[in-house]
Amino acid sequence: MSPLRAASTASILLAAVALSACGETPQNASAAGVKADRPVYQGVGDSPFVAPGWKAGDRTSWQQELKARAQYGQNDYTRMTP
Amino acid sequence: MARMKFICDAERCIECNGCVTACKNEHEVPWGVNRRRVVTLNDGVPGEKSISVACMHCSDAPCMAVCPVNCFYRTEEGVVLHDKDVCIGCGYCSYACPFGAPQFPSAGTFGVRGKMDKCTFCAGGPEDHGSQAEFEKYGRNRLAEGKLPACAEMCSTKALLAGDGDVVADILRNRVVQRGKGAEVWGWGTAYGTANGGKT
Repeated sequence: MSPLRAASTASILLAAVALSACGETPQNASAAGVKADRPVYQGVGDSPFVAPGWKAGDRTSWQQELKARAQYGQNDYTRMTP
Repeated sequence: MARMKFICDAERCIECNGCVTACKNEHEVPWGVNRRRVVTLNDGVPGEKSISVACMHCSDAPCMAVCPVNCFYRTEEGVVLHDKDVCIGCGYCSYACPFGAPQFPSAGTFGVRGKMDKCTFCAGGPEDHGSQAEFEKYGRNRLAEGKLPACAEMCSTKALLAGDGDVVADILRNRVVQRGKGAEVWGWGTAYGTANGGKT
């Protein structure tokens, strides 16, 4: 092998090694990343299981629905006559 | 709105395991995984107390602190959730959690520990709300349906309270005033912090 050919082969190999890192997929945690989650008051769309009495996308109505549900469903003192 | 919280009223819990059953049924939780459990103290002794325990969605969640891949996140309502596509099943969260909430399915060929599973406060996970993908990975998203967690709504004695922290605290406070005892809420200080460093 001529010295010129050896030098060119070596330089090609060196360039290949140097550039190999460019093709690697990042493996740090931030690259994987947690997928974004929509706020729950946005609702589940068209579903027969959605509780009636609130409007999807309206945060205030969703909050009121959950507060009312917590009071009615869990506070038995409000449902008893003194 | 305040953040979402659980309270278990030990004066009312009768160890019926209705909450456990409701959770397993609602989310089709596999065998060997218990997102919620009932723990009884002084079992068989007169005056025994039972409490229902699951992920408390802590204010300063230790699982979030120790996770090496940052798979946890907290929603606007204070619910601690995780992304199973990021979780590597290392189990650090299991050691960090004071409530034993993280669960690991072992359905693999060689009993390999799978990705962590835990109570989601019935708020699903980072998939489209109500989607099949969300159901298969995390269970139903009842909060997005305008409902409270199934365990609390199914509780026959209303020992387990779930919802807006202010609302459930008011309900318990009223009960304590009416009956004159049972103000101790186990786990509340550990999960949500108190002035005396987690001791209730």
